[in-house]
This record gives sequence, structure tokens and C-alpha cells, in this order.
Amino acid sequence: MPFEFDPVTVLDAVLAGILTGTVYALMGMGLSLIFGVLDIIDVAQAGYVILAAYLSFFLQRSLHIDLFLGLLITIPLLFLLGIVVEVVFIRPIKRDRTQLSILITFGIGLVIEGVLGVFFGTTERELDAWYVTQGIKVGNFYIAYVYIFAFIMAVALIAVLFVLLYRTKFGRSVRALMQNRTAAQLIGINVERVSAITFAIGAALTAAGGMAYGATTPFNNNSWYDLITRLFAIIILGGLGSVQGALIGAIIMLVLSDVTAVVWSPVWSSAVFFAALVLLLLFRPQGLFGSLATRKQ
Amino acid sequence: MDRSLKLNPRLITFGWPLILLVAAVSFPLVFPNAAVDNVAILTLIFASLATSWNIFAGYTGYNALGHTVYFGFGAYTMALISVNQQLPGGFGLFLLVPVAGVVAALCAVPLGWISLRTRGHAFVVITLIAVFIFQLLAFNLRGITLGSTGIFLPAPGFALDWYFLPYYYVQLAILVLALLISWYIRSSRYGLWLLAIRDDEDRAEGLGVRTGAGKLSAFVISAFFTGMIGAMYAYFIGSIYPQYVFDPALSITLVLMAFLGGVGTLSGPVVGALILEIAQQYFSLNAQTGYYQIFLGALFLIIMLLLPRGIVRSLFRLWSAWRIRRGAGGSPVAPERPEQPERPAVAVERG
Repeated sequence: MPFEFDPVTVLDAVLAGILTGTVYALMGMGLSLIFGVLDIIDVAQAGYVILAAYLSFFLQRSLHIDLFLGLLITIPLLFLLGIVVEVVFIRPIKRDRTQLSILITFGIGLVIEGVLGVFFGTTERELDAWYVTQGIKVGNFYIAYVYIFAFIMAVALIAVLFVLLYRTKFGRSVRALMQNRTAAQLIGINVERVSAITFAIGAALTAAGGMAYGATTPFNNNSWYDLITRLFAIIILGGLGSVQGALIGAIIMLVLSDVTAVVWSPVWSSAVFFAALVLLLLFRPQGLFGSLATRKQ
Repeated sequence: MDRSLKLNPRLITFGWPLILLVAAVSFPLVFPNAAVDNVAILTLIFASLATSWNIFAGYTGYNALGHTVYFGFGAYTMALISVNQQLPGGFGLFLLVPVAGVVAALCAVPLGWISLRTRGHAFVVITLIAVFIFQLLAFNLRGITLGSTGIFLPAPGFALDWYFLPYYYVQLAILVLALLISWYIRSSRYGLWLLAIRDDEDRAEGLGVRTGAGKLSAFVISAFFTGMIGAMYAYFIGSIYPQYVFDPALSITLVLMAFLGGVGTLSGPVVGALILEIAQQYFSLNAQTGYYQIFLGALFLIIMLLLPRGIVRSLFRLWSAWRIRRGAGGSPVAPERPEQPERPAVAVERG
């Protein structure tokens, strides 16, 4: 296999990895947050991402709304969808939450895939705008402006999320729920309300993530299978239930993949990451920032 | 746990299985229609897959999402041996099926050892990731697997009149064998080990269950059957491609089948496969793009929300409640096993 070490190219790959990594972090953080608070694995998270990408596509094509402006519509829409899904499908699961949630959210993902298939078909789509086609040259690479804009947006949203989690009363309730659901209930936190809002926030984050995903990757209605695996890999690497972990996991994953792609070959880029993840889990089953689940509850 | 299936051992053990077996054996003779038999064989394949998955995951509680890996190993073993040795098609190739099972089982030893070091969600995800790793390897190790070109197996050369029968009966035999092993394990001391692991692994270990050996051996047995089924699938379909035999959706589908019917029960995976595979085939033939997924997803949500314990357990519960009510002369109190109580809140804090 030909290995090429060109320092400028490698630095470029690192930069590209960080830029896209933050976008994946947006989606992964929502997933990790949902896992931490509700104790469920939301397979449909990737479905919301694709749904959001299609919504942006629709707003842009039919109503000529700019992708970033369109977020003002898609974020509230996905927030609402999150509330509905949580109340109708997640709340009724009383026993075996984690296991049943995988299957139920898989069903939700299938329905989303089907609805998108009915409305948009299975043709691969890509969002486009002037900032998708134009870019600046950094080192040997040409980086489209959308990567930079999406990075700035993602950093801003992540900052908002952290302020929400660490500087507000609601955030304190969320963290309390993550630590101990029962104790949180005992001290008077409205567990159901906080759960629904957290779930909705997780879904709303995917609106931004989905737009950025759609602007950088061609997608169709079954892209969510591939995406959910990547998101799972990210949050397992970072540690389930850890929001910081998801951020760092996403950046590590994308940097590692992009560097492998330029140093070795694009076909092995995800294999190297997955192999590294398996190795890490052998020594640290809880991931980078997770806490060890010692006992199945 | 729920041993309600054992309440009526004689009926369950001898009566129903015999009737069902006779029905299954005579099915292709009664319906000698190619389209029907095609679906019947695929249904048997999925019923066997869900049953062999259940031997490991249902009993130990480890939700492996990576059984496609062993399916793929079996399929590739079958394809590579038959093509590289230039074996003629025909009944002889069925002899390769157990070979494929052994190869899959041998590969499952190191892979199982690595993945079983984790538990809970990490295990689920590691097993799922394994599917992607091997799919990627199958795509890119072109020297061995021919990559995306795929491999075409020798044509079986069966007469059109009874083309489907050999596949049907071999696959039925594999299913019956898997069910027998599953039944034997469930009623053996070894099965109690596995159930103890599912209920409380740390306590089981403290009480002297060799959890590591128990989990790994169940994993390998399960992989053995999955590999055999992969080989059958490859021979039946006639060609294999990395994205179809190392297909993550396949793993998820068979887990759904097991859950639908009832994880950890003997008949649940078969019931789930019967319903889901037939529904899937029906929708994929009769529904337009999109509607297929909507139907399937909706079916899934409804069943999961209404019968979260799986069809077999839920129906059995209803049936025994009804029987007891009748037997007790209309007494409204049904002394059935109480629904397992919500876990006490304090339990969250243990360990």
C-alpha cells in the first residue's frame, strides 16, 4: 500500500476533520444527551438528520429560502417533532427502556425513511448555494465556504447548549436527571417535562446538523443507516451519556478518517477509525468520558 | 424470568411441534408454486437466523447486532470453496453447508472473545461495527473476495419441477436442528447458566457460574448456525455481494423478528420471522417505494407498543388468563403470574 506523508496535506486533512467533526458533534451530542437523560438509544436520530436535510432542500428549492435562514424554520419544526415522538412513543415504554427503545426508534426511522421516499423518491440529492460551490484554498486543499460557515454555526450552537446545560436552572435539572433519575424526581424536578424537552433539543440540534450534512454530502432517504452507525461510533468513543465526550469523539473520528484518507486511501478511512475504536474499548469499555456500567439494571 | 411456556410441558413439547412439523414438511407439496416456495424458503432462512441469534442473545441478554458477520463468513466460505475448487452444482454442495458453519464458528471464537469483554450498549455497538469492518474488508480485499464484482455460485442444475424442494428441506432441517438445540439448552443446566447471566451477571459469577465460558460458547454455537444459514442463502440466491451478505440491516431485521415473537422463548423467533418476513415480502411486492417502509415501521411501532413482551408471551398470557377465568366458573380474579413489577426505584443505585 502506498503511504504518502506530505505534512501540508496531512495538516489540511486535520483541518477538514475538525471542521466536519463539529457538525457531527452537533448530532452526536443530541444523541448522547438523550441517552443520558432518558436512558434510551435513539436510532431515529439519524432519521431526523436526513429529514432536516430534506426540509432544507424543500425550503430552498420551492420557497428559495437560504439554507442558514431556513434553520429558523427547521429547528422549531424538529423541536416539535421531538416533543411529539417523546410523548407518543418514548413515554409509554415503561420496562426494558433501553432495549425496547432501539426497536421502537428503529420503527420511527423506517417511517421517516418511507415518508421521505414517498415525497422525494430515492434520488440522491445535494443542497447547493453559492457557499457550497465557492471556497478558499488552504494549503493544497480547496475548502468550500459551507464547511467554514457550518463550523461557525456548530460552535455557536454547541456554546448555546453548554450555557443551557451549565448556566440555567433547566440545565441543572437535566444534569440531575443524568446523575440519578429517582433522586431528581424526589427533589421535585418534573422528570417528564425535562425528558420531553431534552429529547426535543436533541432532535432540534439535528436540524442544523442535517442542513450542514446535506450541504457537504449527497444524501437520499436511506442515508440514515450509514449515518447512525457513525453517530453511535462517536458517542461510544466519547462515552455514552457524556456531552463533552460526543464533541471530542466526533472530532477524533473525523480527523482520523480524513488523515487516513490522504495518507493511505479513502477506502480504509472508516475502517481505521472503527479498528481504533475497538482497540480503545478493549482497554476502556466505557469510552473516553463515560462512566462504567458495572451492573445491568 | 418468565417460564410461562413451561406451564404446560406435555402439550408444548409433543403436540404442537409435531403438528407444525407435519404442516411444514407438507407445505411445498401442497403449494408447488414457485413464488410461494421462494418466500417460504426465505422465511425459513430468517426463522433459522432469528432462532440461532436467540440461542446466544435471547438467553444471555447480550443484544448482538453483528450476526450478519457470521452469515457473511458462511456465505463466502460456500462461494469461495465451490468456485475455487470448481465443484459442480447439485446435491453435493449441500455438504459444504456444515463446513461453512464450522468456519464461521472458528472465526467467532476470537471475535466473540474480544467483543464479550464489553457489555451493555458498548457490546451492541461493537458487534454492529464489526459488520461494517467486514463489509469493508469484503469490498476491498479484492484478491480473495472479488470485491463489488460479487461471486457467482455454480448453478444447482435441479429440474424446474422440484427446484425449490432441496433448498426447502435442507433449510427446514437446519431450522429444526437449531430449535432442538435451543430447546435442549433452555432446559439444561447450561441454559440456566445463560439465563443467570441475563438476569444478573455479577451475581451469577459470584455464585460460581463460569460466565466467560458460558457466553463465549453460546456465541460460538449461535455463529455456527448463522454460518450454515449464510451458506444456504448464498447457494439459494446463487450470487453474493459484500453489501448483501454483510448487511447491517439484516442483523437488525432478525433481531426485530426475535423481539416481535418474544426474545428468550423457544418459538418466539420463529413466530416473529413468519410474520415479519411474509409481511416484508408482501409489501415489497405490492407497495410502492416508501410505503413499504411506512407499513413496516408502523407495524413495528404498533406491535412494540401494544405487545412489548413479544407476541408469544403476550398471547400466552391472554390465553391462560382466559382459560383460568373459564375454569374458575367466571371468577373475575385470574391468579396468573403478576406482571413483573416496575423495578423499585432504589435498585437504580445498586452496584
